[in-house]
Amino acid sequence: MKTRGERQTLFVWMLIIATIIIGYYGRDLAKLLDARWLIKFPSAWVIRFNVEISAAMKWLVEDAAIGPISFTDVTRGIAWLIEQPYQLSLALLADGFIVGQGAEAVPVLPAISWIVVTTAVIALGQYCRDWGLAALVGACFLYLAVFGQWDSAMVTLASVIIAVPIGAGGGLLLGIWAYRHPVGERILSPILDLMQTIPIFAYLVPILFMFGFGPVSALVATIIYATPPMVRITTLALKSVDPEILDFGRMVGTTRRQLTWRVLVPSSSQTLMVGVNQVIMLTLNMVIIASMIGAGGLGFDVLAALRRLDIGAGFEAGIAIVVLAIAVDRLSQAFAERIGHIDRPVTGSWVSRHKRTTLVGVLLLLTWVLGQFSPLLLKYPESQTITTGVFWNDTVKYLNVNYFDALEALKIFFLTWFLLPIKKVMLGIPWPLAIVLLSLLGWRAGGWKLALLCLGLSGLIAVSGLWAKAMVTVYLCGASVILATVIGIPLGVLAALNRHAGTAINLFIDTLQTLPSFVYLIPVVMLFRVGDFTAMIAIVLYALAPAVRYAAHGVRSVSKDLIEAGQVSGCTRWQLLRHIRLPMALPQILLGLNQTIMLALSMLVITALVGTRDLGQEVYIALTKADTGRGLVAGLAIAFIAIIADRLLKAGARNARIRFGLES
Amino acid sequence: MRTARLGALTLSLMTSVSMAWAVESTDPIKLTLHDWSGQLINTKIMGNILKEAGYNVEYVQADYIAQFAGLKNGDLHLAMEIWETTGREALDEATGTGKVVNVGETGLMAIEEWWYPSYMKDRCPGLPNWEALKDCAEEFSTAETAPYGRYVGGPVTWGGFDEERVEALELDFEVVHAGTDAALFAELESAYQREDPIMLWVYVPHWAPAKYDGEFVEFPPYSAECYADPSVGVNPDLAYDCGKPRGPIWKAAWSGLKEKWPGAYDVIEAYNISNEEMSAMVGKVDLEGVDIDTVVADWMKTNKDRWSGWITQ
Repeated sequence: MKTRGERQTLFVWMLIIATIIIGYYGRDLAKLLDARWLIKFPSAWVIRFNVEISAAMKWLVEDAAIGPISFTDVTRGIAWLIEQPYQLSLALLADGFIVGQGAEAVPVLPAISWIVVTTAVIALGQYCRDWGLAALVGACFLYLAVFGQWDSAMVTLASVIIAVPIGAGGGLLLGIWAYRHPVGERILSPILDLMQTIPIFAYLVPILFMFGFGPVSALVATIIYATPPMVRITTLALKSVDPEILDFGRMVGTTRRQLTWRVLVPSSSQTLMVGVNQVIMLTLNMVIIASMIGAGGLGFDVLAALRRLDIGAGFEAGIAIVVLAIAVDRLSQAFAERIGHIDRPVTGSWVSRHKRTTLVGVLLLLTWVLGQFSPLLLKYPESQTITTGVFWNDTVKYLNVNYFDALEALKIFFLTWFLLPIKKVMLGIPWPLAIVLLSLLGWRAGGWKLALLCLGLSGLIAVSGLWAKAMVTVYLCGASVILATVIGIPLGVLAALNRHAGTAINLFIDTLQTLPSFVYLIPVVMLFRVGDFTAMIAIVLYALAPAVRYAAHGVRSVSKDLIEAGQVSGCTRWQLLRHIRLPMALPQILLGLNQTIMLALSMLVITALVGTRDLGQEVYIALTKADTGRGLVAGLAIAFIAIIADRLLKAGARNARIRFGLES
Repeated sequence: MRTARLGALTLSLMTSVSMAWAVESTDPIKLTLHDWSGQLINTKIMGNILKEAGYNVEYVQADYIAQFAGLKNGDLHLAMEIWETTGREALDEATGTGKVVNVGETGLMAIEEWWYPSYMKDRCPGLPNWEALKDCAEEFSTAETAPYGRYVGGPVTWGGFDEERVEALELDFEVVHAGTDAALFAELESAYQREDPIMLWVYVPHWAPAKYDGEFVEFPPYSAECYADPSVGVNPDLAYDCGKPRGPIWKAAWSGLKEKWPGAYDVIEAYNISNEEMSAMVGKVDLEGVDIDTVVADWMKTNKDRWSGWITQ
């Protein structure tokens, strides 16, 4: 006999299968019934949110004011505040200090020499961990100099130096606020969801209006994108501080402020650094998009190189971003570990206690003074740079000339048997049925609250008139996520079970995540032409990482007792994997799937650059037409898809954990 | 970046003696930079001439269409390349508000049309006459579009009415849109390497016609009536039965520029440059890998009389 729950599950599955079948024949069905409204949302019912939003934005920028101070005065004031430290770091690292303008400009001090910067990061590496780390970061910075990327890299670094403290500091404050006030958390949580899921292109135009053109707007956009994980991690970290420490803090009579800053924050500093690390990574992820609105630096080099189809140059600039990310990431991680240590006090003069600082300071002065006579000390000589650009260009050409036909056959196979059927189903599902099905799934996984959320969000997408584009989005992302999962989970399992494979796979994944996708998008276009298949490859490459990471993590963290129990009862390796490791890792794998979907959705705007016809394209068109409302509505639609997928999967993962007794 | 600034500095130091008259304001004039070489060269030349005239200039990276927001509120002051073919709509909207002014033509003429590599002429002998395409559309097909020919159009935002053109001229072509300029020319590079069939949207001034051997399709010439009136042209029932319009590339400025730097405005208005000059410079930068600042400095040296005339007029 079946229980009620099992019958419900069966019912839901049958409904899903029925929907797929209906979807496949949806177009014919609609024609047969003469009811086109079933698959195409009637345009008479569309609410034109975009017009309203554009009007609201216009009012905000042009008319909104409190007394004599207008809204734009405030935003321009903020822009000015951010600009000052940015100009300072830019002058220090890249441009040098100049007094006066134009023809009267007199250089006062040149930028810090490449020798000093490299020495400083080596010293920092050695201070934070050991000579191994010092060698790694030193090599990273040397790469930048030797491959002629130094000037651009320093412009990028200057903006990272400004964006990261603001993002991390602001995130920390917001996180503390949310920790103290439960209401705050409830307000912040949906806002953070939106900040993370609305594609950045969607709010670039309003930011340009508010903060003006130039690097500051790029910085603001970067900060908006990079802050949410810091807020989340802060709240999480503070919550997980041992209650005994808190009690102890209260017993010695701390004030609320002291309790926060002297007890809570220091005791969770290691977790907080994970958040800082995320901010750094996301900031570097934004480099390309930021360069589109005036950030310059490596991102601009990548764009400009690809614009003239210099794949090699684009690749080298892209790798420079990876290298910079690796150096900053490893340094910040080591620094976080280092914070926990207590140094034994060293006696002696200031100089002998601060050997590294002294060394860097002396070098700085030396290069500044002697640099007047030998420019080599200030600037890596251009004649000594090397480039591998020709190699990459030739490789792509070789692949193109010799393997194009084979690749074309592969593409056609995927299109006919995988992509096109999914597209047909997605575009054929009648929208009322899709909304009902989503609500039912929500109800099944998380009760009536989730059902209402699914109903509301999918309903909003429909009435905004973007249903068809949303379905193309779901198709493209869905297909890519399926592929990423099919490739990623076995890789993750392999990485968990075999240490050597694990190291290699990790390096591969790290590179894929920090290498700007634009770098490989153009060669992929050359090999596969513009279209959905190319977009899918780009999405899969980008979204693969979490599928691998979470699967590996899940398999690794299966308890030893269970494995031993399995071995004792005579399981083969295969049986161990099939019956113990994989089922126990399922909740983690589901979370990985969740993250894969998020990353896939965030790639949409980039794939619009190779000619897809989904919500990403809608956002991109709105950006080039400077249409605030249109961009935000399409961006919100993407965010809604992300939120629905996220909530459903999280509820599913939670149910799985309950079923395996990992959570009650 | 620093070399550029130092180079410009020495250059201006050398000449500043002769040009040392008072300018209306020492605030920097902000010129916008986009991401294609032609525009960078054009803007840097303009910037250098303004510097020679004693003005201070600043270059700001900005998106081609998004820059109008900045031009309207005075964040940005001068955009050197607004293409009749792709930017007209935005330019008209902006000048309509009265906050942006059209400073006239740069002297460059934009041509945008269907383009094919020369080797396709052997496979479709009637080219460049468009009527040849009626018989050999299949020569341009790929597995996905067969038996139709495949035409790679620009990003949808560029407009161009290619779907309409295909229908009006009864061509058996399918229009595929590339998402960006880079993707468009990646398709060309890829096909050219393999000598595979390709028909795509190419525009000049651009480096592509210099690098790849090929030509534009000759459609019935464009006229405003042909676009607006179905009865005009080859097909009596449909509009768009002709080629694409060709048009100048405009200079656009913040309307406050004329009051704040009247002298600079006159220099900007006088500035003009030809397609041939520009194509040669773009080719040098994109194909020979010469630094943009070097190319600009060369132009400044060889054309000293020309730009001095614009300053002292």
